[in-house]
Amino acid sequence: MQGALDAKIPEGPLADKWTRHRFEMKLISPANRRKFKIIVVGSGLAGGSAAASLAELGYDVDCFCFQDSPRRAHSIAAQGGINAAKNYQNDGDSVFRLFYDTIKGGDFRAREANVHRLAEVSNNIIDQCVAQGVPFAREYGGLLDNRSFGGAQVSRTFYARGQTGQQLLLGAYSALSRQIQAGRVRMHTRTELLDIVMVGGQARGIVTRHLVSGRIARWAGHAVVLATGGYGNVFYLSTNALGCNVTATYRAYKKGALFANPCYTQIHPTCIPASGDHQSKLTLMSESLRNDGRIWVPKAKGEERAPSDIPETERDYYLERKYPSFGNLSPRDISSRAAKEACDDGRGVGALGRGVYLDFADAIERHGEDTIRQRYGNLFDMYRKITGENPYEAPMRIYPASHYTMGGLWVDYNLMSTLPGLHVIGEANFSDHGANRLGASALMQGLADGYFILPATIGHYLATAELPPVTIEDPAFDDAERTVREGIAKLLAIEGSRSVDSFHRQLGAIMWEQCGMSRSGAGLRTAIERIGNLREEFWQDVRVSGENEEFNVSLEKAGRVADFLEFAEILCYDALERSESCGAHFREEHQSGDGEAKRNDAEYTHVSAWEFQGVGNRPTEHRESLMFENVELATRSYK
Amino acid sequence: MKFNLVIWRQTRKDAAGDMVRYEVDGISPDMSFLEMLDVLNEDLVTHGGEPVAFDHDCREGICGMCSLVINGIPHGPERATTACQLHMRHFKDGETITIEPWRARAFPIIRDLVVDRRAFDRIIQAGGYISVNTGSAPDANSIPIAKDDADTAFQGAECIGCGACVAACPNASAMLFVAAKAAHLSALPQGQPERTRRAVNLVEALDREGFGACTNHYECMAACPKEIPVRFISDLNRDFIVAAANHGRFGTLPPLGEIEE
Repeated sequence: MQGALDAKIPEGPLADKWTRHRFEMKLISPANRRKFKIIVVGSGLAGGSAAASLAELGYDVDCFCFQDSPRRAHSIAAQGGINAAKNYQNDGDSVFRLFYDTIKGGDFRAREANVHRLAEVSNNIIDQCVAQGVPFAREYGGLLDNRSFGGAQVSRTFYARGQTGQQLLLGAYSALSRQIQAGRVRMHTRTELLDIVMVGGQARGIVTRHLVSGRIARWAGHAVVLATGGYGNVFYLSTNALGCNVTATYRAYKKGALFANPCYTQIHPTCIPASGDHQSKLTLMSESLRNDGRIWVPKAKGEERAPSDIPETERDYYLERKYPSFGNLSPRDISSRAAKEACDDGRGVGALGRGVYLDFADAIERHGEDTIRQRYGNLFDMYRKITGENPYEAPMRIYPASHYTMGGLWVDYNLMSTLPGLHVIGEANFSDHGANRLGASALMQGLADGYFILPATIGHYLATAELPPVTIEDPAFDDAERTVREGIAKLLAIEGSRSVDSFHRQLGAIMWEQCGMSRSGAGLRTAIERIGNLREEFWQDVRVSGENEEFNVSLEKAGRVADFLEFAEILCYDALERSESCGAHFREEHQSGDGEAKRNDAEYTHVSAWEFQGVGNRPTEHRESLMFENVELATRSYK
Repeated sequence: MKFNLVIWRQTRKDAAGDMVRYEVDGISPDMSFLEMLDVLNEDLVTHGGEPVAFDHDCREGICGMCSLVINGIPHGPERATTACQLHMRHFKDGETITIEPWRARAFPIIRDLVVDRRAFDRIIQAGGYISVNTGSAPDANSIPIAKDDADTAFQGAECIGCGACVAACPNASAMLFVAAKAAHLSALPQGQPERTRRAVNLVEALDREGFGACTNHYECMAACPKEIPVRFISDLNRDFIVAAANHGRFGTLPPLGEIEE
């Protein structure tokens, strides 16, 4: 273990830190801001809102995305909602309660100061989005509606049917579009980051590949912002879009940025199960379904009867049985693990035996089909569209899938990584969710970082750092471009026999089995060995067709999968080092007699941040101690 | 299941293209249309061919990236369904399926089934927003909005920007896309200050990008995966006529940014 990390958390009482810090940070005068060029990579909730807000302040912004339009970033797929401490429902919510719930939801593995700040700005986010025209759900009186989400005891979630992410992203996209029109943001679509350029110890630029022409380009700026999302696709099958990848953050890691808590990966319990080996992605269904659906599997192994033919006495409503007070609303990790256990036990349902029933029969009987249709009509339609089955008549089948990654590049309170000038926001950083993320908190964090936090903190960096002029002729750009070109040439030269996808699928299977919902020391060590072997095979036998100077989908994918094949190991090393169960990270060695996770606060109340030591080598661990001065570390119990 | 595919292949923007035949076998009825194309591509790559390029990302019908004309219909035969949510169980075993890109002058082909839809972004940049800077918003509940108005706004805001409306229109008009954005913002009190300016700016941008005129075929609504209604087009036309009439320049578009409310 290396030296302790300094998160640069401001002094003073928790509730005053951000206000005080905002006053103490240095400002740049409006007339001077246009002299600073900021590179923003990613155009989702975090990147889109940051690029727009920085441009509104007067900075000169270049924004990049790999999709054909910034409106298509994966934030668009978020369904559920966004939390804020408005207390519009008069049910006892407050900034402190949202802060507390988030810290507790993260199983006491997040930074107090960051989380409190997140809760503070949550209200501004809702105001901002409404002003942009985001059509949140409303009551007949015209005021905003809220719902309770993911087991929260207050109704603090704002939502736009099942399309909250889409609507929030279109809000950020509209703000971004306005700045593009004003000439303050230059938008570069279908352009992928392939390296970060460090000049004089500072992040001063990037190297990109244009996905249509294959053109490798250099971009210089005064600071670089990564808003490139999470790494859930390391599991191959996930609820992420197919393009989601770890390349930007991983290449920053290879340049020296520390990667924090990669083992905190969230598995979502309510996804539609895979229907075969051809499956390319898994579709999430809002977990609000668990408010009315009852989860069960047959008591007998290898049951072949249709669900309607299985009598009540032969069904195991395992969540209601094991966790009577929370039942079907038990937290995501508990529900997910319980589903896997039932299937591992041979009681899974569906073609591949990897599924459990989510049954609405009782709810339909109690409330009527119309009420259920009103509540979940769009989700039921979606289920029917994908599976060809009618959930009003037969129970749904669900299974957990990789959904969100809490880990990410380590950042200090100012959202700056260990590389000076390299800022990381949204899902790409590790900062606010600890070991598990509360429902409806991802959208909040992405927008908090992008609209309100980064635009303030990056100004302080620009005002205080020595930033000598840098051009793309600098030798550091030559080096970065050379590395990028060599990497591409190497991939194209292999001319092996296997497709990129076949390697990705195999990696996903290793990760899901050994480093998914539950992990063990022995399993993780096996995984590390198998990943190494697979990587070796990849570099000998992958087939990448075509050439660089064209629209080449297999080359694009190959670069991303090559990075996943290295990154997966760090995830396993982190999971191995964290010899406790906390949040979404469950180590089989650390559980109580009845399968409850056992946290080890004495030894693991810290962030693990990993430093690159060469491909295939164990990275070096750095630690940031977590101090809890405002909450008491409590043990979670959902019995 | 087994299918004969006839797919548009074109290596780059200026190259000539051609319909090429392929066979796929071992397709499960539970596969999505794009997963069926994945099978084809995996087969092509491992046998030394070039995979068919097609746009896709979220594969759950919300990102708007996928854009295939299947048997002559944008997004294929299922109503209110994007190509990524279309499953093979809706096709007959042994069927011949033709797959083409969106075809419109304003959407040039990049490769195979991939087209350049940046014209849509430029239209939104011309005025598809409410001008509000970060930090200057009043409390979210300070403006009550009737639920019906909020629902109308939502219906317009549901547009995923895929461009099926353009691909379906005999004139390659993008009126439904533009009208959906205008309807979203004009239904809300926040959208009123810029309503006139927006109508003119959006329609002007639409013409500038080379989309055709709307002549009421309603093919756009039939193809729209989000079933956005064509009445939004007449609403936009009304706003546009009012704007033009108020400025005495009906038929000649006032230049960008020079309209008084």
